[in-house]
Amino acid sequence: MAGLELLSDQGYRLDGRKASELRKVQARMGVFAQADGSAYLEQGNTKALAVVYGPHEIRGSRSRALHDRAVINCQYSMATFSTAERKRRPHGDRKSTEMSLHLKQTFEAAVMTQLFPRSQIDIYVKILQSDGGNYSVCVNAATLAVIDAGIPMRDYVCACTVGFVDETPLADLCYAEESGRVSSLALALLPRGGQIALLQMDARLHQDHLETLIEAAMTACKGVSKVLDEVVRQHLQEASVLTGE
Amino acid sequence: MVCQDDLRVDGRGCEDYRHMEIETDVVSNTDGSAKVTLGHTAVLVGIKAEIGKPRPMVPDEGYLEFFVDCSANATPEFEGRGGEELGMELSTTLYKVFNNKHSVDLKSLCITAAEHCWVLYVDVLLLQCDGNLYDAISIAIKAALFNTKIPRVHISVDEEGGKEIELSDDPYDCMRLDVTNVPCIVTLCKVGHRHVVDATLQEKACSVASLIISVTQKGTITCVRKVGGGSLDPESIFEMTEAGKRVGKALHAPLIKLLQQEESLGKKRQKVGFLG
Repeated sequence: MAGLELLSDQGYRLDGRKASELRKVQARMGVFAQADGSAYLEQGNTKALAVVYGPHEIRGSRSRALHDRAVINCQYSMATFSTAERKRRPHGDRKSTEMSLHLKQTFEAAVMTQLFPRSQIDIYVKILQSDGGNYSVCVNAATLAVIDAGIPMRDYVCACTVGFVDETPLADLCYAEESGRVSSLALALLPRGGQIALLQMDARLHQDHLETLIEAAMTACKGVSKVLDEVVRQHLQEASVLTGE
Repeated sequence: MVCQDDLRVDGRGCEDYRHMEIETDVVSNTDGSAKVTLGHTAVLVGIKAEIGKPRPMVPDEGYLEFFVDCSANATPEFEGRGGEELGMELSTTLYKVFNNKHSVDLKSLCITAAEHCWVLYVDVLLLQCDGNLYDAISIAIKAALFNTKIPRVHISVDEEGGKEIELSDDPYDCMRLDVTNVPCIVTLCKVGHRHVVDATLQEKACSVASLIISVTQKGTITCVRKVGGGSLDPESIFEMTEAGKRVGKALHAPLIKLLQQEESLGKKRQKVGFLG
């Protein structure tokens, strides 16, 4: 990757996008009939499959049940063939556990869990192909799956990973950009109210740039929410045509 | 559940398969991939080819490694380590059926005898379980092996006599595998007095035991295994084997025809994947 510029002088990135341009998002809800809710989402070359089971009775130990709201249980895993180098274990490693906790935190903020006391909602996300922005694609796919399952949410949850290169924020990073020397920030947003559900950054960034970066992330997330809204309405229209309404 | 007149709950005959959809080349990070949907059972197979050292007993052959991932997507019981047991059972059977020189031409996977060979890592991902996993997985593996493109290698010897392996730069310069002898697995479940092919989870719950038979295109049986808690009498095993041979042999020709048709569309093919 040495010698490849992440942002050229004319303002083009490695894959030809402009700095604030998102990758192409394609999604479909109701992919699997057996699960309560399922969705498949592609953002550029990253593909994720999300499946939701619930709300149902708590599985395993009853002591985990909360008396006033539902427990959200998430699992993030990657297919062994999803990355360029074959991954030995699909889940159970530190990174997957950390991602699962992030997903749980994100959805606890959005799902109206107080409507289902003493029950459990399972959200399982699988990455089929990994090309950067894994967390964001998972959150977007899981939002659609939760909507497909009919579980009430406060708002869509949209996520995006942004990076900062040459004083410019880049929206929706791909793998080549993420692995370069880019300070990347992952943000999950509830677009209508502008509430941030999760904010994560593991790189060095000057304090003055933080606000610009967050602003860019929020704009990107709002862009994603428009696409997700379109997908949901399309799905609903198809379903109502089939039932003859 | 199964009447005398060859009629099942969903209207199929005893030897009929459910609606099957096969698509290859769905995951681009792999060297070969296939997605098979058999009724409500969905399986995704990805094959990655890597260079490794041949096994000491057979220095002039490559080999296949199987890994079955029973993902939590299929059922919440597979969360965490719940799916490991089923995954191990499936992958040990797959090793027996596929990883031998009669099914796949392992000699073609050899690069330099005793030093380098191609190792094909076959990763099976279970997305939805509605019975008949073995059949769906074996069809997906056959389709993925057909789709696998292994890059050609050139071996050059440098000044000190050490061998250097160079992969060809041209992405279209690749070696394809011959899948004519790759078997397909047929699972027959004994329900009452009759046996059924392609049982759903419901039918499996009513069955006494099942027989797994792997059949090649020519009708040769390569592996037979009985699974399940009940016991079968020898006559039923013989009957089921004959039926399995018949059904299995009939599976291969339409499968190869479909794969070749898909291949001939080349770049013009619209990749559907999960979006269809």
